[in-house]
Amino acid sequence: MKAFLKSGLAVAVIAASVGAAEAREQLRIVGSSTVYPFSSYVAEELGATSDFPTPVIESTGSGGGMKLFCEGVGDSTPDITNASRRMKTSEFERCEENGVTDITEAMIGFDGIAFAQSVRDGSMDLTREQITLAVAAQVPVDGKLVDNPYTKWSEIDSSLPDRKITVYGPPSTSGTRDAFEELVMEVSTEEMEGYGGEGYTNIRQDGHYIAAGENDNLIIQKLVENTEAFGIFGYSFLEENADKVVGASIDGVQPEADAISSGEYPVSRSLFYYVKNQHKDDVPAQQAYNDLFMSEKMIGELGYLKGIGLIPLPKEERATLREQVAERTKLTLADLQK
Amino acid sequence: MSHSFDDISAQLKGRHRRTKRLKFMSMGALALAATFLVVFIGDMVMRGYPAFQQAELHVPVTYSEQSQEIPLAAVEEDVRDLVSRGWLRQLPRDMAADASLMGQTIDRWVIADDQVDQYLKGHKSHLKPKQTAVLDRMIENGTAELKFNINFFTTGDSKLPEYAGIWSAAMGTILTLLVTLAFAFPVGVLTAVYLEEFAPDNRFTQAIEININNLAAVPSILFGLLGLAIFINFFGMPRSSPLVGGLTLGLMTLPVIIITTRSALRSVPDTIRQAAFGVGCSRWQVVRDHVLPLSLPGILTGSIIGLAQAMGETAPLIIVGMVAFIPDAPTAITQAATVLPAQIFTWAGEPEQAYVERTAAGILVLLSVLILLNAAAVMLRKKFERRW
Repeated sequence: MKAFLKSGLAVAVIAASVGAAEAREQLRIVGSSTVYPFSSYVAEELGATSDFPTPVIESTGSGGGMKLFCEGVGDSTPDITNASRRMKTSEFERCEENGVTDITEAMIGFDGIAFAQSVRDGSMDLTREQITLAVAAQVPVDGKLVDNPYTKWSEIDSSLPDRKITVYGPPSTSGTRDAFEELVMEVSTEEMEGYGGEGYTNIRQDGHYIAAGENDNLIIQKLVENTEAFGIFGYSFLEENADKVVGASIDGVQPEADAISSGEYPVSRSLFYYVKNQHKDDVPAQQAYNDLFMSEKMIGELGYLKGIGLIPLPKEERATLREQVAERTKLTLADLQK
Repeated sequence: MSHSFDDISAQLKGRHRRTKRLKFMSMGALALAATFLVVFIGDMVMRGYPAFQQAELHVPVTYSEQSQEIPLAAVEEDVRDLVSRGWLRQLPRDMAADASLMGQTIDRWVIADDQVDQYLKGHKSHLKPKQTAVLDRMIENGTAELKFNINFFTTGDSKLPEYAGIWSAAMGTILTLLVTLAFAFPVGVLTAVYLEEFAPDNRFTQAIEININNLAAVPSILFGLLGLAIFINFFGMPRSSPLVGGLTLGLMTLPVIIITTRSALRSVPDTIRQAAFGVGCSRWQVVRDHVLPLSLPGILTGSIIGLAQAMGETAPLIIVGMVAFIPDAPTAITQAATVLPAQIFTWAGEPEQAYVERTAAGILVLLSVLILLNAAAVMLRKKFERRW
């Protein structure tokens, strides 16, 4: 009994003293779950092909990542944060307040958001307005906003099939949902009569929109089981599951890599990561990670990240950005207000 | 009031019927529970067992200066897309480590790409017709085969499914549980000994007791928030480390250990204590020489069950940063690490098909370890159990 106790304590003490002697040379990255697959791919490549330890990446969501990133400078704060949207000015100000004053912005490419269904019925043509009417909490009827009365697609537009409206989508904590609300709902409601010219982003909660958790695989499974339903998820999952689900064309454009890259497909967004330059000397792996991530081998037309769903930036833009990141161009508030 | 014999016989039938009904209902409940278990485990085995096999290709590998520069050049053009990128990219390092390889061409088995693996397992793959033609020929020649997937047990997480394994997560789990045990076991047992053997029975100790029982039912995520606030923000311990994770899980396991230890101590008959006092033992001697040894099986059982519970926990670890992409296995409790259930959770979110089987295989490994732990608890109890 006593021996048992002592050995347990001894293990803890020894292990703690061994670990405490080492400083941190491992790069620490936090942020968006959308950028996570790309970021971890680069991290693994760095770990496998160099002497640096593999960076640690936590998928905290864009907002959660910014919060950790802007907490301050030093060993206990992350060196890089990923984001599926641009840094907000409020986040930048918080960073400044906490002494994180030298940040570089790196844009890595695009991601499209698919509105997809089971392959059984083939692709469907939808407009952003139709999608909004299907998922909004309140819709205009005869010029007045009322609780969404639509239960079938055919009620929204007689050309659409006589199918029950069921949409599986991400929960409110997700960056994908933010992007969907902004790019589909806000944009279309601003133009629609009845919303008073303002963007409207409330999603209905009467069972026709089902928040299916952060796990996009789960949404795909649901679509396979329930062939009437639609799902909202990132382009990489659409590409990977092309045998099970097919994306609806939105405003007449299919969710395909070229259309997303050119901005023709309306529901697409840019992906970023932000570098804390003040950690440059403490964590040398940061420079190596930057160089590798921005290389043609990763984010180029034939890069590895394209294979896992990243949609590359145009060539000239890649070159400019690569230079900016290499020079660690400082991000200013004015950049973000553009 | 008296009943006639006939009345009682008539009643008896009804009473027997009710007994039977109860028996069938409870058997039905058991059957239902067993069915769920069989379906769950059966499903996991069906999905998981392919992960224990991995496609490999027997190809000539050219070790030259060119392949040190561009690893792709090491294999012939028609199989370049079929060989795993993970294997190719470590080629320059292999060559740097073993200079005698330079200039040789060796026929050897190499790890295949995950799409080749899926194709060989009869699943859907993204291979092009030209590639499947090459592959079909190789299968016929016996140069493409499914082999035992040793990588699954020796590597950490990877973005290349063919290289994704559970080793790092298993190491993380071991280190984390060591910390949990080193913290929760002594603190838990000593707390229970004080409450049971020394503490007076007053309002204060009653309040403590209620609070401890209450803590056992608190959602585990709250312990994560507590761990973040105390260990990381206040004490400045490294985020994502087994040290923080282990202490957090230790806090969570503490009430379980205290409660089971107390009931184990209570099950030692008072006559033992009285006899020991009777021959002049001090309180310390009574506890050390009599009460603790007799209650040890119960204490160990409780601790193992508590640990098993901690081992399957992910929620509090998300908050302290242990659910992350951490391919390198930790060697100290202050390095970044992840744990088995967290690894399963991470794989479950990956888009590639090959991760689906790895997720299930990870669950099978976790279940096996849990079954071993719980079986050990039962064995310990059976072996040392004493009845009075």
